[in-house]
Amino acid sequence: MNLYAIRAIYMFEMARTFRTIGQSIVSPVISTCLYFVVFGTAIGSRIQQVDEVPYGTFIVPGLIMLSVLMQSMTNASFGIYFPKFIGTIYELLSAPVSALEVVIAFVGAAATKALLIGLIILVTAHLFVHIEILHPFWMLSFLVLTCVSFALFGFIIGIWAKNFEQLNLIPMLIITPLVFLGGSFYSISMLPPIWQKITLFNPVVYLISGFRWSFFGTADVAVAISLAAIASFMLFCMGIVWWIFKTGYRLKS
Amino acid sequence: MPPIVSICDLRKSYADGSEALKGVSLDIEQGEIIALLGPNGAGKTTLISTVCGITYASSGSVSVAGFDITTDYRKTRAMIGLVPQEITLESFQKVEDSLHFSRGLFNKPHDEAFVESLLKKLSLWDKRDARNMTLSGGMRRRVMIGKALSHQPRILFLDEPTAGVDVELRKDMWDIVRELKEDGVTIILTTHYIEEAEAIADRVGVINGGELLLVEEKNMLMQRMGAKAMRIDLQRPISEIPLTLASYDLRLSADGDALFYNYDTRGERTGITRLLTDISGAGLVLRDLQTSQSSLEDIFVDLVGG
Repeated sequence: MNLYAIRAIYMFEMARTFRTIGQSIVSPVISTCLYFVVFGTAIGSRIQQVDEVPYGTFIVPGLIMLSVLMQSMTNASFGIYFPKFIGTIYELLSAPVSALEVVIAFVGAAATKALLIGLIILVTAHLFVHIEILHPFWMLSFLVLTCVSFALFGFIIGIWAKNFEQLNLIPMLIITPLVFLGGSFYSISMLPPIWQKITLFNPVVYLISGFRWSFFGTADVAVAISLAAIASFMLFCMGIVWWIFKTGYRLKS
Repeated sequence: MPPIVSICDLRKSYADGSEALKGVSLDIEQGEIIALLGPNGAGKTTLISTVCGITYASSGSVSVAGFDITTDYRKTRAMIGLVPQEITLESFQKVEDSLHFSRGLFNKPHDEAFVESLLKKLSLWDKRDARNMTLSGGMRRRVMIGKALSHQPRILFLDEPTAGVDVELRKDMWDIVRELKEDGVTIILTTHYIEEAEAIADRVGVINGGELLLVEEKNMLMQRMGAKAMRIDLQRPISEIPLTLASYDLRLSADGDALFYNYDTRGERTGITRLLTDISGAGLVLRDLQTSQSSLEDIFVDLVGG
């Protein structure tokens, strides 16, 4: 195992995070505050409790997931896309590093950053609403699993993308709608019956439901199904990453 | 001593059917500097990229110090440093951090003292805290070399190290290459400057159209360069070379009005005086004389053009 390489890539990626601390950490925190102001305070005050949880508190897990999903994905995709774009990928390809080590480093860094942001948002949320976490272990587990699996997904996007437009295509056109329609701001039970069925095809529903369960003990779908869903997604992404390195897809000709 | 790099019948073809390498075989000896000469698109970079692991070979094999580059890639890559043709650096990274990063990537522990000595050797020490994007082109090229040397490779690939570099920096590069050779590093460089191959290489390989046309000791090539050709124009055309001139290995032009004579200027005797006397003795009348020197460039053009 080339631990020095993992460390080098990981530290480089983290250094980038801290070098651009404004856009990396401050902006997601600010946008979360805005969500709280708009949904929690302005609109939330007119919405009754959801599953016996005040609306302002109810949206906290969804808001954290919203940022964590986007951050882990964009960080990992940018992390691997950029060396391809500027050409420094040659060094990675000519170094004695295995695919696994490259993935651990890039995905690890992206997941770490997303996890940090998730926790910062949680702390920020405390300033607005009172939150009690019923199952802290599971809360952290869901958070870490989500960070890692979506960082893997982002890594795939970063390798697949041939230009900046493609880099943003999947996060903007597919993931953002799925997250907004995945119950970040509402419980599935609030939807008309037909949409309650349709929404079950949205994988993000399972993430947010499980994560919300770890906070309040109530969920739209069974927790075991949530866990299975996220674990399957992670395995699926791992499979694709394995295939990418085996074939050299868009990395080596 | 077995060769440090052994390339055997290496082929590289692309999906569209084009062939970048058509069965290249080459043994590189430990500690030598070998220059691969060739025009753009000859396959030089593809050859280097394949050995370094950046592209796949279609067939053939490469071993480095006896290890296969595919099955034992960790061992082979750890021995190799690569300076690609294009300068590609992380713009925001600092010079010193760039070297530490590369060292880590090649599985070497952090070593402040070594990186410091390397930066000093490359005249980069004063710039260690500068971000890569603030450096001049020449300095950026030095950083690229520093990154390639950061893990103390035994073999260094330099892909057109002096393309677009000013004369002073080119001389500096050559000094760096010579110093590395003294340290026992094997160096493979590609270039299309014949002057560069002449200045620093022990052996020269000429590559074109994906084929290695020739690999020869530079000194042997220089000897060929020492050859001169004399053209002797005659007043009246002749149909064949007179028997008295048979020992000179002359060549007659197609229309019979000129003779060609090859000789070595570094030889003790060129044989010119005797030849001219014998020509006169054979009853031939001279109209004109021209001499020309073949250069490495001529040899190169001959090979590549043919």
